[in-house]
Amino acid sequence: MNARLALEDRIRRVYQSDVAFSFRQSPVAIGAAVVALILIAVALLAPWIAPHDPFDTRTFSLVDAELPPFWIAGGDPRFPLGTDTQGRDLLSLILHGTRISLAVGFFSLVFAMAVGVTVGLVSGYAGGATDAFLMRIADVQLSFPAILIALLIDGLARALIPDGLRENLAIYVLIFAIGISKWVQFARTTRGSTLVEKNKEYVQAARIIGRSPFVIMVRHILPNALGPLLVIATIDLALAILTEATLSFLGVGLPPTSPSLGTLIRIGNDYLFSGLWWITIFPGTTLVLLVLSVNLLGDWLRDALNPKLR
Amino acid sequence: MIAFICRRLIQAAIVMLTVGLVAFSLFRYVGDPVQMMVSEEDSTATRERLRESLGLNDPAVVQFGRFAWNAAQGDFGSSYRNRRPVSELIAGRLPATLELVLCSGLFALLLGIPMGVYTGLHRKTALAHIFQTVSLVGISMPTFLTGILLILTFSVTFNVLPSFGRGDIVDLGWWTTGLLTASGLKALILPSITLGLFQMTLIMRLVRSEMLEVMRTDYIKFARARGLSNRAIHFGHALKNTLVPVITVTGMQLGSLIAFAIITETVFQWPGMGLLFIQAVGNVDIPVMGAYLMIVALFFVIINLLVDLLYYAVDPRLRIDKAVAGGHTT
Repeated sequence: MNARLALEDRIRRVYQSDVAFSFRQSPVAIGAAVVALILIAVALLAPWIAPHDPFDTRTFSLVDAELPPFWIAGGDPRFPLGTDTQGRDLLSLILHGTRISLAVGFFSLVFAMAVGVTVGLVSGYAGGATDAFLMRIADVQLSFPAILIALLIDGLARALIPDGLRENLAIYVLIFAIGISKWVQFARTTRGSTLVEKNKEYVQAARIIGRSPFVIMVRHILPNALGPLLVIATIDLALAILTEATLSFLGVGLPPTSPSLGTLIRIGNDYLFSGLWWITIFPGTTLVLLVLSVNLLGDWLRDALNPKLR
Repeated sequence: MIAFICRRLIQAAIVMLTVGLVAFSLFRYVGDPVQMMVSEEDSTATRERLRESLGLNDPAVVQFGRFAWNAAQGDFGSSYRNRRPVSELIAGRLPATLELVLCSGLFALLLGIPMGVYTGLHRKTALAHIFQTVSLVGISMPTFLTGILLILTFSVTFNVLPSFGRGDIVDLGWWTTGLLTASGLKALILPSITLGLFQMTLIMRLVRSEMLEVMRTDYIKFARARGLSNRAIHFGHALKNTLVPVITVTGMQLGSLIAFAIITETVFQWPGMGLLFIQAVGNVDIPVMGAYLMIVALFFVIINLLVDLLYYAVDPRLRIDKAVAGGHTT
């Protein structure tokens, strides 16, 4: 009974919090959240709700290739959004593609955050030469656009990995490349918060009672630096998804056998002049919807967490 | 001022050295350069001779010194793919990329600033809302998708503009230009819009927020009290003061335009450096990758340096702030 009361209390507190209030007041945020949640749910459930299995070569055949969406003459109701050039159902491909795009975006973000937050905490807490060294690296990297860094790491990995393994490892290479290209902002933000927090009394108190630097950084400083990190993470998720799509489109990302949305657009782009517009347009629309909704959520979150704007 | 320039120059040199080191390690340690250059039937002796002539048996520091010295003179070795000198390949592609970057930069400025001024002055009008929505979509739309949609509309459906290549170009000996022929200019339109759209929305949003800020200041109220015309206030007083950050952002974005040209050039098969680079990544052609990286880094460093100096020159307040801030951190 007590546990239930505590839970109810907790839900009420979350519901009445400023951020939740600001969310209820913003139709754009609600709309964006609904779209994002639908896309995420669809992506997670793709293997169960997709009408066909685009990875099982036995289930599709070239006979069904290049069919238009069902509302256009020549379309087949079995393939609501048409098929690609190998006869794979486009709707299923998009569902799985969204899943792959989101997964790469999410895990590369987690990777970037892990690297960035670690560097930021160490840099801010240690100070001195460590700080100067780490921040110079960050400066040099920051003078190049992330996409170029990601492309370079991707190209490097391709050179190092033998031909046969390239396709299997492509997804890990991508996560690594995108993650490395995005850690700097997390590091800088965490370092900034750490510099502010480390001179506060609670940190000094923790130091006096003999807690180790590691515990102080992770248990005491990090929770107080999470707000701004959350905003960056949301906006960077959109950017990471875009970067993955771009790399796949350029042909150095995911292979056509396990296509992300970017790979699908690339496949479609080759057949644009043959009139097969749907292979490009439907994955493209999904991608824009995904990025736009995440971007809008990020914008809202930034305003909601910024006390200056309240 | 001189100390500031010196500090920036040293920083620029460090960046170039770091990039050089990356490019060198790429060439030296990713795969075996000799393996990439010889053909299957070459004997061990030939390989050994090549290894010796490339200086691969020297200590790494000596090799890096030689690499940096050659690179400084514009010698980046030969492409693994077609054996031609990399500097020649890149020099042939450079004009295409620079013309594209220039045109899209102009497009972004010439459309972005007026749209920003308009949305800043008339926030509530329908047109301002349309501009705002377009800018939001522009930011969420990946570059390659913009290009594909433009091709689908103007090349496939209406067939009015070319979808690939530079059109007819004029060879000036050291430079090839598409700006002098009708087909060259037509070929520039779609790629320029594709590349510049994101920058345009960025400039528009920046000018808008700066205008909103400036219009609230006292000197604008004073200008109104003096009875100046709206035109004089908006363009003579308000816009002028929004331009400092616009200059900075435009300068910074010029660098990313060069990087993002990779994507646009792939979509439109534009024969520039970016296309060369992406083909090099696909073929694991390391000398080309390294050289591209160093040339782009050089552009970036020069642009950043110029922007810093420009900023320093344009905004007198910055000099004082910098001095104060510098005193605090060190």
